[in-house]
Amino acid sequence: MNFGFTEEQQFLRDSVRKFLDERASIPHVRNWIESDPGMSLEFWRELAELGWLGLTIPETHGGAGLGWVELTVLFEETGRSLLPSPLLSTTLASTAILDHGTPDQRSRWLPSLADGSRVGSIAILEPSDHLVPSALQARGEADGSHWRIHGEKSFICDIDRADFFVTAFRTGENDEEISLAIVDRGAPGVHTEKVPCLDSTKSMGRLKLDGVQIAPEAMLGAPHQAWPAVERLMDQGAVAATAEAVGSAEAVLAITVQYAKDRVQFGQPIGHFQGVKHPLAEMHVDIESIKSLLYYAAWSLEGSPAETPRYSSLAKLYASDAFTRIGVDCVQLHGAVGYTMEYDAQLYLKRSKWFRPMFGDADHHADRLAALRGLR
Amino acid sequence: MNFDLSPDETAFRSEVRRFLDKHLPDDASHEDPDFLESWHAALREKRWIGFAWPEEDGGAAGTLMEQFILKQEMATRNAPPLGSDFMGLTWVGPALIAHGTPEQKARFLPDLLAGTSSWCTGYSEPDHGSDLASLQCRAVLEGDEYRVTGQKIWTTLAHEAKWIYMMVRTDPDARKYRGITCLLVPMNSPGIEVRPIPNLSGVTSFNQVFFDNVRVPVDNRLGEEGQGWLVTMAALANERIGISESTEKSDHLDRLIELARTAQRKGKPASADPTVRRRLARFEARIEAMRLNELRHLSARLEGSAPSSETSLNKLLRGELEFEMSELSLEILGTAGLEEGPWQRAALNWHGTIIGGGSPNIQRNIVAERILGLPKD
Repeated sequence: MNFGFTEEQQFLRDSVRKFLDERASIPHVRNWIESDPGMSLEFWRELAELGWLGLTIPETHGGAGLGWVELTVLFEETGRSLLPSPLLSTTLASTAILDHGTPDQRSRWLPSLADGSRVGSIAILEPSDHLVPSALQARGEADGSHWRIHGEKSFICDIDRADFFVTAFRTGENDEEISLAIVDRGAPGVHTEKVPCLDSTKSMGRLKLDGVQIAPEAMLGAPHQAWPAVERLMDQGAVAATAEAVGSAEAVLAITVQYAKDRVQFGQPIGHFQGVKHPLAEMHVDIESIKSLLYYAAWSLEGSPAETPRYSSLAKLYASDAFTRIGVDCVQLHGAVGYTMEYDAQLYLKRSKWFRPMFGDADHHADRLAALRGLR
Repeated sequence: MNFDLSPDETAFRSEVRRFLDKHLPDDASHEDPDFLESWHAALREKRWIGFAWPEEDGGAAGTLMEQFILKQEMATRNAPPLGSDFMGLTWVGPALIAHGTPEQKARFLPDLLAGTSSWCTGYSEPDHGSDLASLQCRAVLEGDEYRVTGQKIWTTLAHEAKWIYMMVRTDPDARKYRGITCLLVPMNSPGIEVRPIPNLSGVTSFNQVFFDNVRVPVDNRLGEEGQGWLVTMAALANERIGISESTEKSDHLDRLIELARTAQRKGKPASADPTVRRRLARFEARIEAMRLNELRHLSARLEGSAPSSETSLNKLLRGELEFEMSELSLEILGTAGLEEGPWQRAALNWHGTIIGGGSPNIQRNIVAERILGLPKD
């Protein structure tokens, strides 16, 4: 048993962090989110060349063939720098194809995702914002060997950047008769709408599907039986997003600790006062605790899949509560400058607000954990 | 990262499980003296009472990972502690092994392992609690004896212990950490008076101890004069593997969930209320975080890092968790929560465990100053 990172994983972390510190520091990020695509396409191409987009894609399909622990390391670091990019979305889309696709589908989609020539995202939730099978109302009607989907999908990350969406829809009357398909952005009947997001380092939007035709080769896994795949995808999303949250939380804690050392009031650095240093200590306790839960959840995805639902929920529950508080407290500990656009704490506050509901909010995961213990 | 046990670790776990199958009957009572005697005898034969101690000191030289596995298996089976003298085995033994002379080891360690000695520890004083390093209980060397005069307070088990491991001030002029020395003192020495202090539950668990010209042979000094702070901190840093703590909390949560299922609130089981279920889930998240924090710390230790202030993290988590869990139990019980019972006792005892070993604010200072590098108080 070993809870540590290997030398290779540590090397990955160091090199990712060094690269992002140099090339995607907060001033860069501020420039990018004020520009039109809200990110740097040139930087995205560099990430593809570095192999970050295909970390878990097998080498035979142009990826690095690594696992979720490495992915967690990567997302912690991109979260630390608040990197605006569709990395999380395209990783989840490639994971869905890798986990549930046929050999043909893998060969067709994975190489282009690994080299960044295509970007994917996932479309699961609907305006009801409820993560249970019965809440999925987008409906697929059988049309010969094809399906036709009608419905609306909401809260989709990177709506403006994705070339396709791994989409969940209903193909039967029973609650869990859910299917997954790859919906091409350019297909007739697909309408996308970008919605301004409170966190401008993230891009969000909606998808309207008006009788979009789905060919059999675009279906992921067997029809009607995709709910477990949807749940796993949301668990993977929760793990990836929690990894980003850990990096962001560590970054804003470091910024605030530095501020507490530098800012002098009443003749001493404010970090001298317990009213300031104690909340900072609590943040450290929470971040370390989230890491422990997160790393176990990430390991379980491949090492012990039966434990993933419990551990991804434990991690996301803890992190949704704690990162929210950290975002708020760090802005507040800066005093009035925390409320300005100029200081960086606000960027992390907004990221914490984005993170809280994504891939299930704290109540969703608490209810799921209670249900796993037979409480309802 | 790999949470599967290695073949060696699996083999050791099987050995522990076989031991427990053989020596821990399902109906064993921790109160039954006959059972405890045979339990301790079996442990002694395996040399598991001082499991992590070197073989020449009577231990089994168990590795950190084996310690973890042993404690986890024991906690899962609700086994009694490895020895009856918790204070002695946890604090005094490790300090003796690190700093004792061969004569001191030969004199004290066998009794510790045999369970025939019982220890308390004298740290806090009436005017020196959180600011422990300013302690004032004086010891003056006269010939080959120290004369100890002063007070200790909140001394757990002083009313039962045969020995006290205490920190005294031998040099009032040295800077506060430097003038402190460790002494091992028989509790029946002339000049020692123990006054029990009932805690808010009405139970006597701790005491005030008065020392009036108590003579202590210089042979009973542990470590050099003026080194007492370092000797004690090294023993504290050699901290026990805290896994039993999260398993204990996990059992507590199981009982709380059972209470929520069975206790009626407004005509329905308390667990029918989603806010109750969500609070229970949040407890589970923190208990599991504590367990994994401990494992992560253990892994870092195995890879060669020194024991660190990271243990303060779990202490902070534990304190709040115990408080919130006992508050929920009383809320679920409602007015019935006013009646005497285990939930009520737990809710009151929390006020003691939260302070023992350093109050939450002291732990927050440790994290803020030693880990985050913020200015010292």
